[in-house]
Amino acid sequence: MADASLRVKNLSKSFGGLKAVQDVSLEVAHGSLTALIGPNGAGKTTLFALMSGFLTPDSGSVFFGGGDITGRAPHLNARLGMTRTFQIVQPFATQTVRQNIAVGTHLHLQGRHAALHDAERIAEQVGLSAQIDKLASSLTVAGRKRLELARALAARPRLLLLDEVLAGLNPQEIAEMIPVVRGIAQGGVTVLMIEHVMQAVMNLAEHVWVLAQGRLIAQGSPLEVTSNEKVIEAYLGHGTAARLRAAELGRLAP
Amino acid sequence: MTGAAKDLAGIFLFALATAGIAQFTDSGVTLNFVMMALYAALLAQAWNILGGFGGQFSFGHALFFGTGAYIQAMAQLHGGVNPWLALLLAVAGAATIGMAVGALSFRYGLKGSYFALVTLAFAEVFRILALSVPFTGAGVGLMLPLGESFANMQFGSRKGYLYLVLGLVTVALLITCWLKHSRFGAYLQAVRDNEDAARAVGVNPFSIKLGAICLSSALMGAGGAFYVQVFQYIDPAIAFGPGTSVEALVAAIVGGIGTLWGPVLGAVVLHVLADVTRNLFGQLPGINMVIYGVVLVVIVMFLPRGIGGLAATARSLWNKPGRTDRTGVGRG
Repeated sequence: MADASLRVKNLSKSFGGLKAVQDVSLEVAHGSLTALIGPNGAGKTTLFALMSGFLTPDSGSVFFGGGDITGRAPHLNARLGMTRTFQIVQPFATQTVRQNIAVGTHLHLQGRHAALHDAERIAEQVGLSAQIDKLASSLTVAGRKRLELARALAARPRLLLLDEVLAGLNPQEIAEMIPVVRGIAQGGVTVLMIEHVMQAVMNLAEHVWVLAQGRLIAQGSPLEVTSNEKVIEAYLGHGTAARLRAAELGRLAP
Repeated sequence: MTGAAKDLAGIFLFALATAGIAQFTDSGVTLNFVMMALYAALLAQAWNILGGFGGQFSFGHALFFGTGAYIQAMAQLHGGVNPWLALLLAVAGAATIGMAVGALSFRYGLKGSYFALVTLAFAEVFRILALSVPFTGAGVGLMLPLGESFANMQFGSRKGYLYLVLGLVTVALLITCWLKHSRFGAYLQAVRDNEDAARAVGVNPFSIKLGAICLSSALMGAGGAFYVQVFQYIDPAIAFGPGTSVEALVAAIVGGIGTLWGPVLGAVVLHVLADVTRNLFGQLPGINMVIYGVVLVVIVMFLPRGIGGLAATARSLWNKPGRTDRTGVGRG
């Protein structure tokens, strides 16, 4: 499979006075499963939008598979092999699950019959086979998340950007979804996922980037970043790391 | 492809049955009714391609109707062009105007009521232009000289016109059938339902919507050309006035937008209704528009998927009391 690495260099984007993404540089290695984490409002979704072409950066560049794709329209990026899902699910509500997925399979299949047929394979992959001829609007939250994933997969991506596919799911649904995501990565798709569910990040990701207030503050293996003081403070507030350390010491020394 | 085969069979039967009515009836009233209902179905189906399948609600489809009508008249009067050839020119001209308006509107991402207002404004601009320049005959309009012959596209009885418009409606139905069962149609409905989601999987909304407005305006232009041949007269108010725009969209919405048969059903229902009101109220001017307005409000409130979606709406009401699907777009 062709190179599906993603590289972002000095990317910045402001909305009026709000600097949503500031001077972010990161890399997603070909064939890896990488996570992007950070507190609410850190700019993760904005960064996704900048990478996939839904937003144009104020400065900086995006490279996909070695080529510069900065500011290229999302549909062209999808044709190059980069697709994304949305944090707030975006189903084609008046259409069935099969028709929804077929919009994705059509990218590589011209014929209607072939596209609708190929949708079955994708539905099976994400566990939507039983609902395939139901209306997308009739699905539960978990079902819609799966549909979001299915439609992106249907476009046969080399690089898949997953924006919180586990948000809003209960623990059992999360446990069911984790193997699906792992299966996609093992199938040879490079995955970059935004995720708040740390159970999934620890379980799945090989490498983690941490974004806070628009800036990258840490990177490394899941264990490395979760013990990083900057990361703990970004999530739990200034001074927390010191207090946690003191508490830990207090427990160790009787 | 059983779905597509079924739809094609339906279109074939519809064309055959309608031709049968025409063949075995000599009643002028019946023939006139069928012809006018088919003509309304043509306009409604044209609107449905952009409004129903594409979700772009135009309030100025008269722009394309009028363009087709004027080209049909002017090509014959000023250019001496054969009316059959003029019909092709009218279709091409209307599609070109459609493409220009679409390129301007969709390039700047106009949607919803903004798109509706822009189309209305373009239609009004053309109405005023047609009133002002000499080659459209200004306010007096253009009149085609009488000359009954097949080559002249002027027929002795309503039957000839009926077959002509039946042919055009069949073409419109075939295009709609193609939309239902093709990648282009799937992309068009995806863009209607959620533009960003469609972009994420490789759909270019601009080119898809542009294609839809071209098809839609081409059929509307054919409607305008047909009008000129039947009535042998066109003036700016008929060509570009809001009446035609309203008729096209009301028939489509009443019947059920985004469906193959909805616009045909809507056109027939509205024409029955118009005939009934004419008998009740006589020729009170504008009464049919009042009725159309009332019907439109009732349909939008209680039957968002139109009369064609009545069965499905009833089912969903039965299953989920108090919860209706108000997305306003039908399936399939």
